[in-house]
Amino acid sequence: MNTTVVLLPGLNRDRDMIAALKTITGKLPQTVWQTETSLPPSDLIVIPGGFSFGDYLRAGAIAARSPIMRAVAEAAEKGVPVLGVCNGFQILCEAGLLPGALMRNTTLRFVCREVKLEVTNAKTRFTGGYSAGQIIRCPVAHHDGNYFADAHTLAALQDNGRIVFRYAEGTNPNGAINDIAGIVNADGNVLGMMPHPENLIEPEHGGIDGRAIFEGALGLTQQEAA
Amino acid sequence: MIKARIVVTLKNGVLDPQGKAIGGALGHLGFDGVDEVRQGKVFDLQLDGDDKTATEKRLSEMCEKLLANTVIENYTISID
Repeated sequence: MNTTVVLLPGLNRDRDMIAALKTITGKLPQTVWQTETSLPPSDLIVIPGGFSFGDYLRAGAIAARSPIMRAVAEAAEKGVPVLGVCNGFQILCEAGLLPGALMRNTTLRFVCREVKLEVTNAKTRFTGGYSAGQIIRCPVAHHDGNYFADAHTLAALQDNGRIVFRYAEGTNPNGAINDIAGIVNADGNVLGMMPHPENLIEPEHGGIDGRAIFEGALGLTQQEAA
Repeated sequence: MIKARIVVTLKNGVLDPQGKAIGGALGHLGFDGVDEVRQGKVFDLQLDGDDKTATEKRLSEMCEKLLANTVIENYTISID
């Protein structure tokens, strides 16, 4: 089971992500620096959170044009699961691997707290370990999580079950349109989400609500393993 | 050498909380009657060559690929 974490200057959640992946797979993830042009064989590629390139220009804008992202796009095209969390989600949107954009929180405040997420589609490879409508706990920590897409794109996301996570009623921390917290691409192998599932994967974290996302991506969900 | 200025603004209908906050601050300073503030970005570029038509095309590509996020932003190009 090989996982790969993309490293960029200015990320700060890479160590949490590496620890989470090691806990889940029992094996230290591979890491690739942003200037590299190829990826090692991977069962899951993860772009962690942080502030790559200081959020210059727009959050994720510079990172999305870094050499490694071309390799990530090629792997995604081949069907390799790709997960972008927080800044990773912003980078996937800026790279065009996911539609829409993440704008400044409407409160203009950095938000760091736990929110509740509704699993709106439990049939993706990332969410098979949950049930549809299930409410899970997940922390957020971001300044630019206000998801926006035009009406046409929103309709396409909605109609094709590509909105995977929504902030549960009353917990939208950033003004995201339609309470969108996480979406998948058309093929369902690229997931971007603002909340941090890597921070809720072992009982010592106070809960394991985020764990199934990784297990699902890696084909380790209990249903499949049984 | 060609000098160019690119102005990137938020599309109509896209919420601009920063512009709103700036508008509020103008009000605190006593500037009444400011109905709306929209914040944007300005890029000044100096480019080799003197073919303005070709440069404008390149600048447009730069906007599409990096300088603007066309999901939420419009851009205008002016060349000296």
